[in-house]
Amino acid sequence: MNASTGNALQDALKKHQLNFMPLIHTMGMLPVLLILCVMFQLVTGYAETADFSHAWQSGRFLSWQNLSIIAQQASINTVLGAGMTFVILTGGIDLSVGSILAASAMVAVSISLVPGASFLAFPAALAGGLVLGLCNGGLIAFLRLPPFIVTLGSMTAVRGLARLLGNDTTVFNPDLPFAFIGNGSIFNIPWLVVIAFATVVISWAVLRRTVLGLHIYAVGGSPDAARLSGIRVPFVLLFVYGVSGLLSGLGGAMSAARLYAANGLQLGQSYELDAIAAVILGGTSFVGGVGSIWGTLIGALIISVLTNGLVLTGVSDIWQFIIKGFVIIGAVALDRYRLRGSART
Amino acid sequence: MSKIELRSAGPILEMRNISKTFGKLRALRNVQFSVAEGEIHALMGENGAGKSTLMKILAGAIRPDAGSEISIGGTLVAMTGPMAAKALGIAVIYQELSLSPNLSVAENIYLGRELRGKGLAAGWLDRAAMIEGSAEVLRRLGASFTADAKVCDLTLAERQLVEIARAVHSNSKILIMDEPTTTLSERETERLFTIIRALRDEGLAIVYISHRMEEIYELSDRVTVLRDGTYVGTLETHAISPNAIVQMMVGRDISTFYKKNHDAHNLRGKPILSVKGMSDARRVKDCSLELHESEVLGIAGLVGAGRTELARLIYGADKASAGSVAVDGVVKRIATPLDAIRAGILYLTEDRKELGLFLDMSICNNINVGVASRDARMGGLLNFRKSRERSAQAIKDLNIKVTSAKGLVGALSGGNQQKVLLSRLLELNPRVLILDEPTRGVDIGAKSEIYRLIDNLAQRGIGVIVISSELPELIGICDRVLVMREGRIAGELGGPANEAINQNNIAAILTAASECDVPEHRHAQYTNLESRAS
Repeated sequence: MNASTGNALQDALKKHQLNFMPLIHTMGMLPVLLILCVMFQLVTGYAETADFSHAWQSGRFLSWQNLSIIAQQASINTVLGAGMTFVILTGGIDLSVGSILAASAMVAVSISLVPGASFLAFPAALAGGLVLGLCNGGLIAFLRLPPFIVTLGSMTAVRGLARLLGNDTTVFNPDLPFAFIGNGSIFNIPWLVVIAFATVVISWAVLRRTVLGLHIYAVGGSPDAARLSGIRVPFVLLFVYGVSGLLSGLGGAMSAARLYAANGLQLGQSYELDAIAAVILGGTSFVGGVGSIWGTLIGALIISVLTNGLVLTGVSDIWQFIIKGFVIIGAVALDRYRLRGSART
Repeated sequence: MSKIELRSAGPILEMRNISKTFGKLRALRNVQFSVAEGEIHALMGENGAGKSTLMKILAGAIRPDAGSEISIGGTLVAMTGPMAAKALGIAVIYQELSLSPNLSVAENIYLGRELRGKGLAAGWLDRAAMIEGSAEVLRRLGASFTADAKVCDLTLAERQLVEIARAVHSNSKILIMDEPTTTLSERETERLFTIIRALRDEGLAIVYISHRMEEIYELSDRVTVLRDGTYVGTLETHAISPNAIVQMMVGRDISTFYKKNHDAHNLRGKPILSVKGMSDARRVKDCSLELHESEVLGIAGLVGAGRTELARLIYGADKASAGSVAVDGVVKRIATPLDAIRAGILYLTEDRKELGLFLDMSICNNINVGVASRDARMGGLLNFRKSRERSAQAIKDLNIKVTSAKGLVGALSGGNQQKVLLSRLLELNPRVLILDEPTRGVDIGAKSEIYRLIDNLAQRGIGVIVISSELPELIGICDRVLVMREGRIAGELGGPANEAINQNNIAAILTAASECDVPEHRHAQYTNLESRAS
C-alpha cells in the first residue's frame, strides 16, 4: 500500500506532538483565552473602521473598562467554579449550586430587612449555603448515594425552597448592608473581582498546600485506594460538598449585592452548567484526581470573554449559545489530545 | 545455546527486524520471532522486556517502526489495525477478558459477525443458527456450559473458554495467550492446558506468555526470550534448564534467589498479632492465627480460598461478622483501615493499580500520602521538606528506579510501582505487615529485592504475613505457612511443632477432601469476581 505516505504523515504528527505537547501541558487553556482576546480586539476594530491595518488600535475589546466588566461578569462563575472544582476533583458533580445561590440570596436579603439583624445578612448567606452543601455531602458520603442523583434532586428541592423563602416574590432592600461588594471598588478594583480572586487563591492553598488537599486528589484518583491508605473518604466528600455549598452561598451574597434584590425563581438559573463548563475548560478531569483551580479561573474567563466579545461584535443571542457550546466541546477535545501524552499505564 | 533450525514446513508467522520507539524510549530493537503451525511457543522476559509491545504489534494495536517485517504463511503483510490482524487469523486472549457479560455465549462468539435471517426475517438476528454454530465449537472444546448461557453467569475459567471458542470459531490460525492462568485454580489450569494442547494438535500456532516457569515446561515446545527490548534467543524448551532461561531473561545468575537470611526460630519473639474467630458470614469462616515478632508467616491457598478476604477483615477494609484482633495482647476495635493503621497493622493490596497506587499522582505523593497527616505542620499544612526527604530516602533504600520523584507513578514498571507502594506502608512504621501477592506482575530482579526487604523487616522485629499463590515463594521466604481452603485455615506447616514446609505437604492440605467441594469452590470464585467488578 502507500506505506511511505503513511509514514510521512506519522512523522509529521509526531513532530507536531513534540512541538506542542509541552506548551499545551503546562499552559492548559491559557493560549485559548489569549487567542480569543486578540481575535475579539481585531474583529471589533474591523467592525468599527472596516480597515485591517487600523483594526488593532481601534478595537473596543481590550479597553480597561471592558476588561473590568469581563472580570466582574466572570466573578460569580469563578466562585461557583472553585467550589465545583473541589467536587469534580473527587469524581463527583454538584448540580445544585445555582439553586443554593438563589436560596442563599433570598436568605441574605430577607434577613437584611429585619430591623437590628441586618448585619447578619452576609454571614447568613454563607451559613445557608454551607448547610445545604453539607446536606448534599452527608447523603453522598454516608448514605453512598450517587452525587449526580443527590444534587439533581437538591437542585429541584432547593429551587423550591428559594421560592418559598420569599413567598415566590422578589425581595428588595435598597439599603442592603453588604451592597458594596456588588458595586464598590477597592483601589479601583471591583470588590467582586477581589472576592473571586481571593477565593481562587485560598482554594489553591487548600488543594495544594494542605493534607486535606492531597486527600481530595487521592479520593478522586481512586476512592478504594484512598480508603485502604487510611484516608477518611466520607469526611473528604462531606468537605468538598460543604465547600461547594459555602461558595454557592458566597455567590448568592454577591448576586444579591449587585441587584439589591433577590428572586427565588430567576436567580442562578443554569449557573451550575456554566460552573461545570468553567471547570472542564480548565482541564480538570471529569473522572476526578486531575486538575487545578487556576484552570478553572481561566475557564471562567474564557466563558466571560466569549459572552462579552460576541455581544460587542453584535452576534445574536441565538448564535452566542451555539458558538459557546462548540467552544466547550472543542476545548474538551483538545483536553483529550493533551492527556493522551501523559504516562498512564 | 544453539539456535534451532526452522521446521521444514516453514513458520506460519515470522516477525523480523521489529522495532518500536515511543518518544525517546526504544521499546523494541530489531526483534525477531517466529511460530510454526502446530506449535506452542512461549514468549518470556521480565516486565518491560517488550513482550506486550511485540504482541500488541502482532495484534495490530500499535504500529511498528519502519523497516519491521511481518509475514504470515510466507507472504509479507501490512498490519494496519486490529481488524486487519483479525482478518489474517490472529486472535488475542487478553488478561482482562473482552467479552460482553450481559450477552449470551453465542452472541459473544458471533460478536461483529452476527448471522442474519433470510426472507421475511432479513435484517433480524438468527439466534437459533448462532446457538447451533456455537454449540458445535463448544462441544469441540469440551465446554460444560451451553451456548445460550449468559456470560455473567460463567466462572472466569469458563469465560476464558468462550474467548478461545470465539477465536477458534473465526478460523484463527494464530492464538496469543497473555498470562491466561493468573486467575485460575489448579484444576482449571489443567483443563485449559488440555484444550491448548488439543488446539495445537489441530494445527494452530499458539503464542503463550507467562511468568510461571512450570507452565512453560509443561506446555511449550519452544521458548523465545526477550530482554530490554532485544531478542536473546529461541530454544527447544526441553533442551534448556529453568535456571538457564532465567539467566537469559535477567542476564545474571540468580541461584541464590529464594533464600531467607533471618532465622525466626532464634529471633521469634512474643506474639504481636493474634486474630481470633474471624468470619464474614460469606467467604471467611472462623479463622484464627497468631503472628510473632520477627516472623514471616505465609498463607497459601487457591484463588477463592478466602486469603485476601481474611486479610481485608483483619485490616478493617471489609466488615467482619465475628472475630477479634489483638495487637501486643490488647484487643483493638478495627472498623476501618485507619483504625488498623493506628494499631500498627498495614496491608499491601494484591491489586496495586486499582486499590493501591494513585496513578495520576507523583511518586513522592504516593509515598507520602499515608504519612502526610503525621508530618503536617500547624494542623494540616503539608510538610514539603519532610516529604522530599522521605521520598528521597525511600527511593534510595528500596532501590526504586526513577528519573525524578516528581514523575508520575503510572510511568514506572511493575516492580518499581510495587516498591513505591511498599514504601508508603513502611513510612507508617508498621508492627504487622500483611503483603498480598507482593511479587505479582513484578520482574525477577525486583522480586529478589522484595524478598530481601521482607527478610530485613523481619530481622528488625516486624511481623510479616505473606499471601501468595506461588508455592516456591512461600517455601523460600516463610518461617511458617498456613494453608487456607474454603474460607478456613486447613493446616499449618513449619514452626517448631509442625511438618516441614514443602510443595508436597502444602499440596496435601490443599487437595484433602477436595473431590466433593467442586460446586462450592466454583461459587466462591464467581463471587470473588463479582465483588471485584463492583
